[in-house]
Amino acid sequence: MNEELRELYQELIIDHGRHPRNFQILGNHTHCQKGYNPLCGDQLTLYLRIENDKVVDASFEGTGCAISVASASLMTEQIKGKTLAQAEKLFHDFHSFITDPEPSTTLQDCLGKLTVLGGVREFPGRIKCATLAWHTLKAGLAPSNHAKAVSTE
Amino acid sequence: MTISRSLPNRDQLSSSASTSIEQFDWHAVRNDFPLLKQLVYGKPLAYLDNAATSQKPNVVFEAIEHYYRHDNANVHRGIYALSERATQAYEASRDKVQYFLNAASREEIVFVRGTTEAINLVAQSYARPRLTADDEILISAMEHHSNIVPWQIVCKQTGAKLKVVPITDSGEINLDDYQQLLSSRTRLVAITHMSNALGSIPPVQEMITLAHAQGIPVLLDGAQAIPHLKVNVQALDCDFYAFSGHKIYGPTGIGVLYGKQVILNAMPPYQGGGDMISQVSFDKTLYNDLPYKFEAGTPNIAGAIGLGAALDYVSSLGLDNIARREQQLLEYATQRLLSIKGLRIIGTAKHKASIISFVLNTAHPHDISSILDREGIAIRAGHHCAMPLMDRFKIPATARASLAFYNSNDDIDRLLLGMKEVDAIFG
Repeated sequence: MNEELRELYQELIIDHGRHPRNFQILGNHTHCQKGYNPLCGDQLTLYLRIENDKVVDASFEGTGCAISVASASLMTEQIKGKTLAQAEKLFHDFHSFITDPEPSTTLQDCLGKLTVLGGVREFPGRIKCATLAWHTLKAGLAPSNHAKAVSTE
Repeated sequence: MTISRSLPNRDQLSSSASTSIEQFDWHAVRNDFPLLKQLVYGKPLAYLDNAATSQKPNVVFEAIEHYYRHDNANVHRGIYALSERATQAYEASRDKVQYFLNAASREEIVFVRGTTEAINLVAQSYARPRLTADDEILISAMEHHSNIVPWQIVCKQTGAKLKVVPITDSGEINLDDYQQLLSSRTRLVAITHMSNALGSIPPVQEMITLAHAQGIPVLLDGAQAIPHLKVNVQALDCDFYAFSGHKIYGPTGIGVLYGKQVILNAMPPYQGGGDMISQVSFDKTLYNDLPYKFEAGTPNIAGAIGLGAALDYVSSLGLDNIARREQQLLEYATQRLLSIKGLRIIGTAKHKASIISFVLNTAHPHDISSILDREGIAIRAGHHCAMPLMDRFKIPATARASLAFYNSNDDIDRLLLGMKEVDAIFG
């Protein structure tokens, strides 16, 4: 198999794509944000329960490719327990990691498990798949932007 | 071999063949398309996204290059040799389009940017002044966004309503459903001549006859049909026909609106500017005659010339031969793809051409497309600018392989090998 494909579709991604974690409506959510990629039709709804400036729970629903579903699944795992400032930093770190051709090792250390999505760098057309959930998170946390769907375009 | 007016025969092109399909060397025809010879990620390109845009034969490049190198000047203006040559070449392309569509007159051929602009022109110039809040426009459930949104806009402007003929699970229009929606309120039927997402060919002849029985004009969106089906606008008796040059081996940025002369004459201009006028003062302006009334500003001269060369090329192969060749490829590809476990074809109409949309129960179309891409295979993944259609089938997207005559069984075999890679990752 092609080396870049092997890098893109690592086992963890296939697993999270096939069996996404936190894939449900969060009954007692405090934040709900829709995200949408109009180019390909991927869409997701992100649910957050935020208490005292801390993400205490996160979940999502939607349809998308393996990359977009796995990215959302991994993201919901990672942001649980983070403060809003930490979640915001994670967004920036992830975005830099995905778009920087040579991300620093410090950045990679910060992201841990999320580095599995790094293979997407070799597939420019798929970066939006990996970042959809993250843009949705950012929009969901912006105080003035509740309920308005965010788009990757 | 019969040679029609202004059409080069195969001997004048870079590959040689007669018009009989048995003797056609389709492999040699492929050589007319230099782009197809390239490697992608070290693998020979299998281009299976022809419904998005087609590749171009050498004769199209040569026509465009010749125009820019030797004849470039503005049309309909200069009193000098260059401008006369440019005008002649531009207008000769209009004659070629007229001949290709079998339109009654050259005045009925309006050059536009593409199908989208043609439909917008009809929506704004034909429909808008006529529509009231009691009126309806009728489209189908398998239209491209470009045959939905212009009507939504004009409905919003006028208060008219957009009605949608449903389709069956196989992707066909049931004439009974259509007749039920045709009413005294219907002011225009706008329907695809071939679905870009499913390949279905609706019964347009019957639909036009039924509409005309109630005095309702019909627009056909020919963007997909034009490279695959022989179009005879007089036999169809459609009132408008829209198509894009780039889908029929011509350049992008050029397309055609055919309209019946009596209808076009009654329509106000779509855009104002140079070339569409006969006399201008600050008090009033007299508009030019057809087709120039609808061609404001310097047109896409090179595009029109390139389109003319593409139509000559297609005519030299013969649309009947092309259709037979593509039907063979479609049957082979359908049969091969159906051998894949968990694969479902979306769009199984009895009358269809050149397009296979499919979904796989293990992998999303985007993932399929990325994996195939690394094998040098170009297909389309997504909603194909037909989101309401995706909703109809309750799927977010499909993978779509679309064929042209220059494809081969080898391209399809490679697609199947690529699908094995998909299975290796997702199966």
